[in-house]
Amino acid sequence: MKHLISAADLSLDEILSILDTAEEMSVVNDRDVKKLPTLRGKTVVNLFFEDSTRTRISFEVAAKRLSADVINFSAKGSSVSKGESLKDTAQTLEAMGAQALIVRHHASGAAHNLANSGWISSHIINAGDGKHEHPTQALLDAFTMRKRIHGSHSRGKSLDGLKVLIVGDVLHSRVARSNLLLLRSLGAEVRLAAPATLLPANPNFLGASYYLGLDDAIDEFHPDVVMMLRVQLERMSASFFPTAREYSRGWGLSAERLARLSENAIVMHPGPMNRGLEISSEAADSAQSTVLEQVANGISVRMSVLYHLMSGETRE
Amino acid sequence: MNYQLVLKNTNLGDGTTVDIAIEQETIVAIDTGLSGEVEIECRGLIALPGFVDLHTHLREPGFEASETVLTGSRAAAKGGYTAIHPMANTNPVADTAGVVEQVKALGDAAGYVDVFPIGAVTVDLGGVQLAELGAMADSKAKVRVFSDDGKCVSDPLMMRRALEYVKKFDGVIAQHAQDPRLTEGAQMNEGQVSAQLGLTGWPGVAEESIIARDVMLAETLDSRIHICHLSTARSVEIVRWAKQRGIRVTAEVTPHHLLLTDELARTYDPVYKVNPPLRTEADVLALREALIDGTIDIIATDHAPHPAEAKECEWDAAAFGMVGLETAVSVAQLVLIDSGRSNWQRLAEVMSLNPAKIAADLGQGEAIKVGSTANLALVDPAVQREIVAVTESKSRNNPFAGMTLPGRVVHTIYRGRPTVLDGSIVEVAR
Repeated sequence: MKHLISAADLSLDEILSILDTAEEMSVVNDRDVKKLPTLRGKTVVNLFFEDSTRTRISFEVAAKRLSADVINFSAKGSSVSKGESLKDTAQTLEAMGAQALIVRHHASGAAHNLANSGWISSHIINAGDGKHEHPTQALLDAFTMRKRIHGSHSRGKSLDGLKVLIVGDVLHSRVARSNLLLLRSLGAEVRLAAPATLLPANPNFLGASYYLGLDDAIDEFHPDVVMMLRVQLERMSASFFPTAREYSRGWGLSAERLARLSENAIVMHPGPMNRGLEISSEAADSAQSTVLEQVANGISVRMSVLYHLMSGETRE
Repeated sequence: MNYQLVLKNTNLGDGTTVDIAIEQETIVAIDTGLSGEVEIECRGLIALPGFVDLHTHLREPGFEASETVLTGSRAAAKGGYTAIHPMANTNPVADTAGVVEQVKALGDAAGYVDVFPIGAVTVDLGGVQLAELGAMADSKAKVRVFSDDGKCVSDPLMMRRALEYVKKFDGVIAQHAQDPRLTEGAQMNEGQVSAQLGLTGWPGVAEESIIARDVMLAETLDSRIHICHLSTARSVEIVRWAKQRGIRVTAEVTPHHLLLTDELARTYDPVYKVNPPLRTEADVLALREALIDGTIDIIATDHAPHPAEAKECEWDAAAFGMVGLETAVSVAQLVLIDSGRSNWQRLAEVMSLNPAKIAADLGQGEAIKVGSTANLALVDPAVQREIVAVTESKSRNNPFAGMTLPGRVVHTIYRGRPTVLDGSIVEVAR
């Protein structure tokens, strides 16, 4: 594995291998001295064209715990307005010795372009490209589900038969895309719940069934996992839904809806949360919520991804 | 007697083999056993009326890094064209008599094809104020086709006014049908592929709704309307319905919409980014059928050159458009001839006769007969050629590069003079 661009690129064996290695990494993360020498002498660049403090920090911590040198490069604004092309930026960073680029970009496909256009030869890790994918988020979500279900016996386990409901702005969500692809590879059944305006135009998206209301989804699907997506308030001004209140009433995970989930069901959110909009404080702070576990697991999973892509190479 | 120029042993596409004699700019004899001071051997080559492109972007004035009137003219000649219609979206926009006359003069100076400029419908393509259509029509460029191509004349009242106003000189509005609100930020065809790729969708209905509106306007006003680059199956249905009602509508399709689908976007390679976008296989098949049955009148290239940096970037940031002048006849042959579905006469209609008629081009699109202007393309249909990106065009954004396509233009005769011989450009003495 040279790059991580899309969850669709990963075979079941590769997914399980990444998740199992992440289990090892989480042991390291529970130690007093949280450091491995694996990537000593290697240089990893966080190349972020879009603000995302939490994802950037998560990758930074992961790379540092593997002893890599980490450079943060924030290139806000589009390549056009900035005057430098994506190609030139990437080639410049590689010329400075970067061996892996962790890329967050507002354009769908930007990470794919860097990996496939022949511009550079570095490892590319997609840390979110436009509305396309965010594969490490899906990996950490899968890791979190597995951990909740199987605890310390998680290694080697898939998610066979697990019923996962993804709720909210599927249309614009790279988290939804990556999760749909990855969770299906792991054997889970994924369905969607969203207003029709926030589903892709062909709502039979990648073959996933969908509900137009959250209540129907809860009552008919009986999900084991409810994954709430962040709602951007700018969607409201673009008439994807009328008001925050109406969105919340139709698709928010209220205390009442939380109570109707099975008691073992877990509640996930990639953060940052809009409390009171897509998720109530009762749900976010409940014992069923995995929000903070997701953050912690993100570091272990990203350590594992860096390890899989970069370890064992001799320096060129 | 010895004629000035004789094309020996040409195939007229119906099985007959004849010699074509040319004096000055005119075909003067079609027979066997003709001899000339200059003879060009054409055995095995199909003789077709020189092609006429109703939709070309030459980028001059303003974007000469992408293409000039000269380089675009050479690319056109290489593709068998003897006339092209450059669109108005240059800088400055071709919205005055001065600009269209300048473009025409550049075309005359280049000397490879007739350059008939298309005038803008609205000032600066802004959609707000009608451009001086009459002045452009009366100018030396004699503009008859008007288009805001690149942008849609989306305001229905503006469209109405334009359709009415051009009746004085039998002009035609060529509409780039794209509802702007339905396509805000649009990047590719809206469908399964866009959903998976996370690229903002360009729904077919944004094209279809404008076509439906405009054919009804044309019917109401008894005006002529031409629809640029049809791209969906439902657009075909609307045009078919309109023609059945007797509405004076003509329609074009591009070579790329006849051959390529939105599956190519999975590469995220912006060479496949074009407006309107590549659609689905079902759309491609409907467009081909419509070209064969006459619902679609012409193939127009929408040749849209761009410099490398406009395509060597992420998809969202890349420019829309692809070149096509030098590959169009190959796609036409694939769809009409090699499919076994149609014939060379139909190919001549969609590549030459019909576009010249729509634009009222003098001396273009004439059937090959004595007295016709000697504009001819000689095509070898037996060749299979691998398409390369480096061509006569200044730009390389060629989505067909690497593909193998049938047919090759061997000679082009423009107003009695060879512009391409044995597949190579003939340098024009200046």
